[in-house]
Amino acid sequence: MSAVLEIRGVTKAWGEREVLKGVDLTVAEHEAVAIIGASGSGKSTLLRCIDLLVEIDDGDVLLDGAVITDPSVDPVSVRRRLGLVFQAFNLFPHLNVLDNVTLGMRRGQGLDRPAAEVEARALLARFGLEGRELDRPDELSGGQQQRVAIVRALATRPRAMLLDEVTSALDPELVGEVLRAVRELKSEGVTMVLATHEMSFAREVADRVGFLHEGRLLEIGPPEQVLSDPQAPETKRFLRRLLEAGRA
Amino acid sequence: MTARSAAGTDRRAERGAARRRRDRRAQAIAAISTAIVLGGLAALIATSPGWDEVRDTFFSTSQFEESFPDVLGGFWLDVKVFLVVEVVVLILGLLVALLRTVPSPALFPLRLLATVYTDVFRGIPTILLVYLVGFGVPALGLIANDSFFVDPVFLGGAALALSYGAYVSEVYRAGVNSVHRSQRAAALAVGLTETQALRHVIVPQAVRRVGPPLLNDFIALQKDVALISIIGPQEAFRIAQVETASDFNYTPLVAAALLYLAITIPLARLLDYWEKGQGGRVHS
Repeated sequence: MSAVLEIRGVTKAWGEREVLKGVDLTVAEHEAVAIIGASGSGKSTLLRCIDLLVEIDDGDVLLDGAVITDPSVDPVSVRRRLGLVFQAFNLFPHLNVLDNVTLGMRRGQGLDRPAAEVEARALLARFGLEGRELDRPDELSGGQQQRVAIVRALATRPRAMLLDEVTSALDPELVGEVLRAVRELKSEGVTMVLATHEMSFAREVADRVGFLHEGRLLEIGPPEQVLSDPQAPETKRFLRRLLEAGRA
Repeated sequence: MTARSAAGTDRRAERGAARRRRDRRAQAIAAISTAIVLGGLAALIATSPGWDEVRDTFFSTSQFEESFPDVLGGFWLDVKVFLVVEVVVLILGLLVALLRTVPSPALFPLRLLATVYTDVFRGIPTILLVYLVGFGVPALGLIANDSFFVDPVFLGGAALALSYGAYVSEVYRAGVNSVHRSQRAAALAVGLTETQALRHVIVPQAVRRVGPPLLNDFIALQKDVALISIIGPQEAFRIAQVETASDFNYTPLVAAALLYLAITIPLARLLDYWEKGQGGRVHS
């Protein structure tokens, strides 16, 4: 098992506030790693740092063994090998579903329109979106929009998918369909890092779960261990609070 | 069960009747107050001591019939200038707005120039600009005297384009800035370059949003075309002015005003319709 992603001592501060204080994480091929932690613990920032949407202050990120956070590396070529899915979907409201999916394939990967459309239609169908190709994003439910966003990221055949709280903006009854989509990704062996609030989901999909607390990855291990028998007192407290809130 | 639904139906009918009564009452009040206000105004003007003179000087039917064809002929020039300047303004405004938006360091001098341009040309009254360009550019002596580029129509149009380009670039820029940052992030995340993100994601959304304010600027531009007359071109206002001067009757000017209205009012209604259609949409 070779490492697809390797995160070494990544540090990021917004002004005075240190959001990431030296995060280390290795993600192997076909592995799914869930990052749990309270709001503001740095989960989203970590994913954005990996996708080079945010410039890190210190440390390094390696993709397939090569450093991608060096200033000499073209961030566009890196982003074309990664797929990021946002909490708020961020679909392009002026484009229909099909064009949302094919934009990156055509402009980023250089596919011609017919080829991109054939591939996009097949992917959309696999995620239960057949017949919605020509709809605008605002004609879809939140769950459908997030599935389009997943397909959009997947369509560029990324080496790894980064899922940022993909169910947090959804009404409870729509969470299930997006979780099914992520399970589908997992069953196909897509390498993933997912920031999540859904403990049951982390338990089910993730090979490993990491607990991020105040910018540090306090513990990481198999889900059953981290979620059922956490070592760090902060993890215990976090999980207890989730239990009390009925979220675990 | 039946009794209850029957009672429900009665209540529904009662509410419907009450609503219809309220609507009829509102319409009646609107009609009466309109009649009073407009009728009062008309009566005030018609009974004013100078009305007969004003009617003959501004609204003379014979003068209107005599001057209208000439004024209409001049108005074609207005329409042509308007259409050409509008296209130039749309392109110029977008270019300037993009220069001011793109953060590339190589473009810094152009960005500076674009900022100075919008500041200066928005600040100078359009009429001054028409004078400056219309008389200043030929005076430089850089361009042959018989060239199209010293034609007052061209120079007047150029002055209008410079003035309105500055306004319109700010409208575009507001539109670009109104597209949420997350759209740029999403575009970059699917592998687009900054330029591609602007071209395929940001600008299309910005342009959709600024349609109504742009149309508003074009209504203003349409009437400001009359300003080019001060450097010579025989457009509708100029012709009406000449005819007015020949026999001290202002009806030709009213004829010109009606022609401007014939364009601006439909544009204004189009604008209303457009804004109504956009309500709630576009954002996501």
